[in-house]
Amino acid sequence: MPTLVEDVPAFTPVTLLTGFLGSGKTTLLRRLLAGPALGDTAVIINELGEVGIDHLLVERLDDQMVLLKSGCVCCTVRGELATAMRDLHSRRERGAVPPFRRLVIESTGLADPFPVLSTLKADPVLRHHFRAAGVITTVDTVNGMLQLERHIESVRQVAVADVIVLTKTDIAEAAVTARLVARLGTINPSAPLLSAAEASLDAAVLLQSGSGGGFKAIDESAVGMAAHRGVGAFSITVDEPLDWTAFGIWLTMLLNRHGERILRVKGILALAGEERPIAIHGVQHLVHAPTHLSRWPSEDHRSRLVFIVEGIEPDVIRRSFSVFNRLNICPAP
Amino acid sequence: MCSLCGILGANEHWADAAEREGVYTRNADPMRRRRERADRVRLANRVLALYGMRLSDWQGVSFVLSTFTGKSEIVEDLGHLWPAAEKLCGRLCDPLARELLEQLDADPG
Repeated sequence: MPTLVEDVPAFTPVTLLTGFLGSGKTTLLRRLLAGPALGDTAVIINELGEVGIDHLLVERLDDQMVLLKSGCVCCTVRGELATAMRDLHSRRERGAVPPFRRLVIESTGLADPFPVLSTLKADPVLRHHFRAAGVITTVDTVNGMLQLERHIESVRQVAVADVIVLTKTDIAEAAVTARLVARLGTINPSAPLLSAAEASLDAAVLLQSGSGGGFKAIDESAVGMAAHRGVGAFSITVDEPLDWTAFGIWLTMLLNRHGERILRVKGILALAGEERPIAIHGVQHLVHAPTHLSRWPSEDHRSRLVFIVEGIEPDVIRRSFSVFNRLNICPAP
Repeated sequence: MCSLCGILGANEHWADAAEREGVYTRNADPMRRRRERADRVRLANRVLALYGMRLSDWQGVSFVLSTFTGKSEIVEDLGHLWPAAEKLCGRLCDPLARELLEQLDADPG
């Protein structure tokens, strides 16, 4: 089948599907692939262990599905994942596979999402053809609390999510679900929560989760540093337009020194001299190219930044932000 | 710097994104790009001066980071600046440090 180059986006969006072991990633993927929204989607499945099982559960096994078998995706990104993505891209260019317009990577349950996202930017070929489109994290409603208590990987997967999908809500007690929802709210209050049990779970909404449309501003007064295992969220709201240059100097300096503990930063910015808002997304040291949104998502046109941090006091970051934000203000003579 | 392997030049820095659809950048227009680089040097120098360093533009493609005692290093962008600054001055450049924030507050610019 010939590849129609004009059908292929200049930067193919890549969605990372993550979630702890047994949290229902493959079930969700299988369901999404069965719908029309993912008809033109290539899939990379990463499995832990010598005998892959997950891919057997996904019925659509074709040329656009790649299985990585050599272990945890976050340990193999420098090689196998990048190679698999390059190969998919190459085959698409040659017309050897249908011209997929989207890529979904299902990671192992123990994977740290950060290296996967880094691969997209670090690889000299991939960064010219793919872009990160968002992180979907599945959370097992029945066992989620225990996993969050015991496994920091689970906390990190929730922290970096653009959207969280609760699974097994149909077999969980209401009180358990409520406690989990409250806990997830302390770790990542800016990610919308969806339930996999809902028949109306919209694949298109899930896949657009990282494009800025899924940004859920958090109520600053309602969110304290109710940290879970040291991980907590807070927001900064600024009334005046921001100075982009000062912001860039501040954020790069902050991430250079504290990037490992800043699990997530995302925001919608009102910049001085710009009518439209700018969306910014970062995971640890990695910040995606800022995007120009077509319009403000609400009547509130103030800059809002949401941080998910590990072991840093919010007031310290707020104070630093405030000082650097005045860096370009010349005092009156 | 590549966030995985530390290789210089392996990444596009977000504050210097190449012009493309939907991406916010000040690199598209040459005049604006030049003004942004000049502003960046001026504002970075307010911070770097407190560590005994200064930054200057090098032919519009890189920056030269120098200490007041004469050591210097070429840096490509903001992503390279702070690791290079820490290496050059032998101190941690921490934007959360109370002393730094107090000095910036007291500095009229």
